[in-house]
Amino acid sequence: MSNLLLFPIIIPLFFAAILMMFPKNIRMQRTIAAIGGALTVAASIYLAYTVYHDGIQAVTLGSWPAPFGISMVSDLLSALLVVTSSIITLFVIFYSFPSIGVKREQSFYYPAVLFLMVGVNGAFTTGDIFNLFVFVEVLLMASYALIVHGGEKPQLREAIKYIVINIFSSSLFVGTVAYLYSVTGTLNMADLAVKIPQIEETGILTVIAVLFLIVFGFKAAIFPLYFWLPSAYAAPPIPILALFGALLTKVGVYAIMRTYTLLFTMNIDYTHELLGIIAILTILAGSIGALAYFDVKKIIIYNIIIAVGVILFGVSQMNEAGIDGSIFYLVHDMLIKAALFFLIGIVTVLFGTSDLRKMGGLIKTRPGLGWTYLIAAFGLAGIPPLSGFPGKLLIVQGGFEGTQFWGSIVILASSLLVLLSVVRIFIYAFWGEPVETLPLAKRSYNQMFIPTVVLVAITVIFGVGAELFMPLISGAGEVLLNPTAYIDAVFKE
Amino acid sequence: MEILMSLLIGFLFAAAVYLMLSKSLIRVVLGTAVLSHAAHLLLLTMGGLGGTKPPVVADGVTVYDYADPLPQALILTAIVIAFAVTAFLLVVSYRAYQELGTDDMSLMKGNEDE
Amino acid sequence: MRTNDVMLQTATKVVTFIILVFAIHIFFAGHYTPGGGFVGGLLTASAVVLLMLAFDIRTVKSILPINYVTMTAIGLILALGTAAASIVFDVPFFTHAYDYFTLPLFGETSLHSAMLFDAGVYLVVVGVTITIIQTIGEDE
Repeated sequence: MSNLLLFPIIIPLFFAAILMMFPKNIRMQRTIAAIGGALTVAASIYLAYTVYHDGIQAVTLGSWPAPFGISMVSDLLSALLVVTSSIITLFVIFYSFPSIGVKREQSFYYPAVLFLMVGVNGAFTTGDIFNLFVFVEVLLMASYALIVHGGEKPQLREAIKYIVINIFSSSLFVGTVAYLYSVTGTLNMADLAVKIPQIEETGILTVIAVLFLIVFGFKAAIFPLYFWLPSAYAAPPIPILALFGALLTKVGVYAIMRTYTLLFTMNIDYTHELLGIIAILTILAGSIGALAYFDVKKIIIYNIIIAVGVILFGVSQMNEAGIDGSIFYLVHDMLIKAALFFLIGIVTVLFGTSDLRKMGGLIKTRPGLGWTYLIAAFGLAGIPPLSGFPGKLLIVQGGFEGTQFWGSIVILASSLLVLLSVVRIFIYAFWGEPVETLPLAKRSYNQMFIPTVVLVAITVIFGVGAELFMPLISGAGEVLLNPTAYIDAVFKE
Repeated sequence: MEILMSLLIGFLFAAAVYLMLSKSLIRVVLGTAVLSHAAHLLLLTMGGLGGTKPPVVADGVTVYDYADPLPQALILTAIVIAFAVTAFLLVVSYRAYQELGTDDMSLMKGNEDE
Repeated sequence: MRTNDVMLQTATKVVTFIILVFAIHIFFAGHYTPGGGFVGGLLTASAVVLLMLAFDIRTVKSILPINYVTMTAIGLILALGTAAASIVFDVPFFTHAYDYFTLPLFGETSLHSAMLFDAGVYLVVVGVTITIIQTIGEDE
């Protein structure tokens, strides 16, 4: 079926539209949102299975011939990311039941989450630069609605800054697309991949590549464009924060990954070295932030920035180990970030604050929570055999094979800082003198804890069974390094 | 014509940045509106201004007479998106003005205790 | 403060209908000439906004008891459903069908599935625009 790859986009859109009709009926909202999320996960897994067995799926909307219509392409990389983001959204929906609050549930919370899913899955699937812009705007609109959802004072204050920054970067996006169109005369990614090598003036293309790095850098939060992220993400409640932290920056990372492997390979010495240096600076800036704060939310938020740096460093090396490592680490990071935000969400609910200095002794009353957190924290830092390890290993190997071996050393050193920053939460919140915790009904504690444990278990399986997933990862990396398969799939007719 | 358009776009970008850097919230909102229009004009200009005929096959119309339809389609999409975003930003800033009791961006910095 | 806006109210009673008819014209004109669901929707919304200006939001709500959020949702489903009908026929998404029919009164008419999609867009635009304006205007 030629339209299979669109199902992860259509299903949430359809369910979101249905949910908008009866905002007040919470039971229906929860049930339908969960069904929509589950169906999307099922469709995306089937899609990934099809892509793995039958090769890249592509469809050009409206039956137009390939470079003229809007192409949607699903290769292994985008299918993997669609599966991961669908799973995370489903877990966020489950986690929201006890934690988001009835008032929010009644004002279009679940439709907004599903619209975000539409935008994220669409951005991962599209094969057209302008369509990427459209899907990014869809997910941004949903994220605007979510960041301001509930209308608390800090949320309103941060939402304005968040929206203005994103309008600025979207305008830059439109301008950059305009330059690209005037130079190449096409915006279809496969067509661009054919036409860009034929253009002799690489100077202008390098400028466009760097402009795209700035545009996507705003979304991906690279150094020095991450300044908006920590305070904006700290404003909304935890389920929304988990969704943002796991998915939004990753769309920017994916866009950089795609454009810097498929399109802008004409001047690797300059563009990719720049990307590598920026990635390292991003890691350093994130590490400083992660160690500087006593706010659990801020610590994990700065860890998002570190991960973005690690992934992009792998991309900048443009060799097999680096790219494979980046893809593995990208999937790992989406899962582990959602799990960590879930965990600290429970911790902040129990203590009624996100300040580490006011916490302590939780291991005595909630041992399960403590050990789950420790596993997730070790996974984030990349302690073998957990899921952070294989990705980071490959990225470091890529760095040593490439030109920027010093970058690999920084990544290895940063792992220790990451470990320190997350274990600090463990030491403060779980060890030490017990602090009075707020009462929390056993039922809602379990409703929050079970999705979290399952998500952590998935990351453990992803790490321990890395060998099982490696064919998928290296298949995805192969398409990035040899775009011929991608181009052929789009122009099949 | 392209030179004139470039100057206009540059002026719009400058005006937008000036507005967005001011303290008053409503000026920031207006600045974002001007900024997106500047980007749309840039898209139109970069697509090439030549050609006046609609891009439909007709007698006596060569390929050089056509207006390029793609930038127009892209701009239409971008305008709709900018319309929606600006409307949303207006609603949010109005709510923020009500809740926070100020429209001065320098008073919206926030602090650690919240 | 209540100003004397007899002029505006009287003119609105006439002008609203002209705008609405023109909106419908523009909507159908979008078939093969400039126009379409987006512009038609904006025109319709502007007619409703004019009503809100001339009278007030509560009056307009009582004469047009429409839930605009539901309207947006119906529009979305209509547009998505039209595009998704192509899945049933296993052709690429968004592929449209059209044919010529002889209808009473209209004579030979071309019917195009894109019109259903546009009707969805129309509903979404009207719904979203008026929802936004109501949100800003309501709490005064």
